[in-house]
Amino acid sequence: MIKVRIPTPLRPLTKGQGEVETKAASVLDMIEALNTAHPGIKDRLCDDTGELRRFVNIYVNEEDIRFLKGKETSLKDGDEVSIVPAIAGGTSCRM
Amino acid sequence: MATMKALVCRECGKEYPTKAIHVCEMCFGPLEVKYSYEEIKKSISRKKIQDGPHSIWRYADLLPVEGPTFLGPHAGMTPLVRAKNLGAYLGLDELYIKNDTVNHPTLSFKDRVVAVAITRARELGFETIACASTGNLANSVAAHAAAAGMRAYVFIPGDLEAAKVLGNLIYKPNVVEVEGNYDDVNRLCSEIAGEHGWAFVNINIRPYYAEGSKTLAFETVEQLGWRTPDQAVIPMASGSLLTKIWKGLHEMKYVGLIDEVKTRINGAQAEGCSPISTAFKAGRDFFKPVKPKTIAKSLAIGNPADGYYALKATAESKGSMDMVTDDEVVEGIKLLAQTEGIFAETAGGVTIGVLQKLVKNGTIKKGDLTVAYITGNGLKTQEAVIDAVGRPVRIQPSLAAFEKTFKMGKNGGGDS
Repeated sequence: MIKVRIPTPLRPLTKGQGEVETKAASVLDMIEALNTAHPGIKDRLCDDTGELRRFVNIYVNEEDIRFLKGKETSLKDGDEVSIVPAIAGGTSCRM
Repeated sequence: MATMKALVCRECGKEYPTKAIHVCEMCFGPLEVKYSYEEIKKSISRKKIQDGPHSIWRYADLLPVEGPTFLGPHAGMTPLVRAKNLGAYLGLDELYIKNDTVNHPTLSFKDRVVAVAITRARELGFETIACASTGNLANSVAAHAAAAGMRAYVFIPGDLEAAKVLGNLIYKPNVVEVEGNYDDVNRLCSEIAGEHGWAFVNINIRPYYAEGSKTLAFETVEQLGWRTPDQAVIPMASGSLLTKIWKGLHEMKYVGLIDEVKTRINGAQAEGCSPISTAFKAGRDFFKPVKPKTIAKSLAIGNPADGYYALKATAESKGSMDMVTDDEVVEGIKLLAQTEGIFAETAGGVTIGVLQKLVKNGTIKKGDLTVAYITGNGLKTQEAVIDAVGRPVRIQPSLAAFEKTFKMGKNGGGDS
């Protein structure tokens, strides 16, 4: 099983659970599995084209998946995944 | 200052109440404070600002707090130094240094953002304040918490400069050294913030906290006699400072304090951690996170949260970005110290190094009114320059020894 830590904004979808377990062979797989168990979660993590949203960070065993193989990063039994929103406070001058 | 209307998602536009939240529940986009500029416009004026306190709070109308009680009452209004010597050396007619090495109380620009963050945190009813920090932020949070009588937790990477560690401990917050780099600290804190009801200044308070950086733009404009510079050179870690200076300049126009913004915004990073500058040079509007390796530890954020917006602001302003090596950082620190008598930390060396590069390659021109933002004090990063400044001349306590060492004759010589 893979342990997935769920950030606060997604907890309404996991009945308040901060950590869930799932079976998955890759990050992509995990997103699908989470979506089956907690419908709607994929839309929050991915945009219309299926890419991870800009402000979503995913870490496998504390390593940013952008340093691994992105969505294709493989997972094995016992891995721990964290989903963490980026903490931008940015702006543009256009209001 | 009830001019704050809501928090609004930068990505999808969904609005939220002005509470301690920072991420859009729908799309994970960052939340930003929305103001009523029309209302602010009716009450704000140059005179009202000039008659206000000698601190960032003279711009309270444009800050995300309710007031009227402000914590961190002395932050800001640092000198805008006309840098004639450095300007002459670089070939610039009008160069200014915005000198936040002397900000109150902890000698970095973070005193601005923390004053805003802790004021807002108190307004929202928090008793514990926390942060993830490359050092300066932690120092400022610790000091402000001590003065405000709040409990504090500061989380820092395991490899910080000694002065920045000591600069936390002295105020007696809970100092947590995390085995890892800033990005590790940040990720951990994002998770802690989800579990504990604390005011994490750069996480759940971030929409308010980040707004404090706008005061660097406000002060610059006021100190220049209500005009914007032609060029600004700004160090980038998360990229937030740069985007907020850009925003601040435009806000002054929205509320009628100035007529136009003609500033080109230029971002500066160290080569060993330059995800934003690298993306800019490659013409990309997205960046690839990196593992930082530079002496400019206060800028060592490999996964810069505002990188995307910094790229956008720089492009909108028709500005530029560049990066310098660690050796150039040290040279930049020395150059600023030896021409203007200002001892900056490594981030300042990055700014001066990039300024020099941008002048050399013609991006910044001789007649451009230029402001370089120096955001932290050199006494906090002594390790960076300790091997590059030589040693004192050591002599016996006698006049003869002194005169011999400096090759002076009996009747003076030397400097005379």
